[in-house]
Amino acid sequence: MAEEVVLMKGNEAIARAAIRCGADGYFGYPITPQSEVLETLAEEKPWETTGMVVLQAESEVAAINMVYGAAATGKMVFTSSSSPGVSLKQEGISYIAGAELPCLIVNIMRGGPGLGTIQPSQSDYFQSTKGGGHGDYRLIVLAPSSVQEMADFVSLAFDLAFKYRNPAMILADGVIGQMMEKAVLPPFRPRRTEEEIIAQCPWAANGKKKGRKPNIITSLELDPVIMEQRNIHLQAKYREIEKNEVRCEEIQCEDAEYLIVAFGSCARIGMKAIEIAREQGIKVGLLRPITLWPFPYHKIEHLSHHMKGILVLELNAGQMIEDVRLALQSNIKTVHSGRMGGIVPDPDEVVDAIKEKLMK
Amino acid sequence: MKEEIIISGFGGQGVLSMGKILAYSGLMEGKEVTWMPAYGPEQRGGTANVTVIVSDERISSPILSRYDTAIILNQPSLEKFENKIKPGGTLIYDGYGIFAPPTRKDIHVYRIDAMDAAAEMNNTKAFNMIVLGGLLKLHPIVLIESVLKGLRKTLPERHHHLIPMNEAAIRKGMEIIHPQE
Repeated sequence: MAEEVVLMKGNEAIARAAIRCGADGYFGYPITPQSEVLETLAEEKPWETTGMVVLQAESEVAAINMVYGAAATGKMVFTSSSSPGVSLKQEGISYIAGAELPCLIVNIMRGGPGLGTIQPSQSDYFQSTKGGGHGDYRLIVLAPSSVQEMADFVSLAFDLAFKYRNPAMILADGVIGQMMEKAVLPPFRPRRTEEEIIAQCPWAANGKKKGRKPNIITSLELDPVIMEQRNIHLQAKYREIEKNEVRCEEIQCEDAEYLIVAFGSCARIGMKAIEIAREQGIKVGLLRPITLWPFPYHKIEHLSHHMKGILVLELNAGQMIEDVRLALQSNIKTVHSGRMGGIVPDPDEVVDAIKEKLMK
Repeated sequence: MKEEIIISGFGGQGVLSMGKILAYSGLMEGKEVTWMPAYGPEQRGGTANVTVIVSDERISSPILSRYDTAIILNQPSLEKFENKIKPGGTLIYDGYGIFAPPTRKDIHVYRIDAMDAAAEMNNTKAFNMIVLGGLLKLHPIVLIESVLKGLRKTLPERHHHLIPMNEAAIRKGMEIIHPQE
């Protein structure tokens, strides 16, 4: 059968891709601009077809703890929210990371701090890539910049989450969640059987059979000697992820003299800024981190060698720029450009920023 | 081919759905499409706008500084977008919603009295399809057949009897759009 190309919102793509890649459950609570994830799942009624559970929890805290419980049994489960809701989930996320459980958390960011606005923002970069909850842990963070990637990254996130027994996050914003583009949904993958789950997840608490020792899922360990060992193990795992899973896209970097570093919606705006700048004879390229953690430090350092300056374009006050600066060995001029609180810059503003901040 | 369009008017005028139909028609022809609404706590009577991009190639930004074509359905939208049309671009406005007409001379300005035509057709809901007809007369971005094919695909079967009315509205729009005097 030919692939079906459909027109849909980024949020719808998340929901429909999750059903198709064999997810076992979703637990969430509505919040703009991500409500279409839950709405689409309710419309699609996957409990009647694949048997996937869809549950509107009483709060974001309840939803993430349902994810914690279900993930402990080896099920493929996820939750979604937007910035204030994801803040509420942080305790649960830390516990899930500590207990080394695979799951997916989707954050369709809006402007903060606090309840903020419902408009697009990228101001949860620090929260997503540097911790968010307490303790030394990392999330695998994927940043889609199109509706197609919203669809594609659901199964990628689940695959990475199970490969490393680590929570993964899809970090997008109101632009990517609300816009409609065409997308090809992933091929249908049936939900795993109980036997397949037991084979894939020997650590899971899904019913002790005779002869197997009990599987205990917890993030608690009162003996600091053991707890340190557990941390050392986690850090070793994170180094492994850093080694294997960095993803990024280079756009027109070969002959570029100036580099934009941007993710998600800002990468799209940056692509248009490149078109405009090149019409004016300014050679601009773009590096788009696809994984925000692990971050493409080496790629940025490598590209910086033939650049005159770097513009880090973000919908925040300057967060990813800290990672860009960590990447650089030289003192190449590196500046931030962006808007806050739900305002999205247009491509002309970005071209002006290159001229004002880098070329003067 | 690449056409960057802004459609802007009052909430409830069918701005978002007109954009959606245009995007869907582009999809029917295998083109790249992006539909980006200015979402917010908007409601009937407030302002609504949507960016629609139809292109043969990969689309860069869903957020634009300037547009090839602006479809303007009320006065606040004219004030917001008249200066964001590329020189040589196109502005289409509905005569009913505009009391201070556009003044730029470096763009092509067309007027379409779609509100009046919809009232004549006894169907105010046909308004946005009349405007779409006007656009397609000036810029055949997609074939009218693709619009109808898109409607057949997206509308539930019980609404398929409305498709001929939509076609009539598109053809009406093609007929009545005219350059600004």
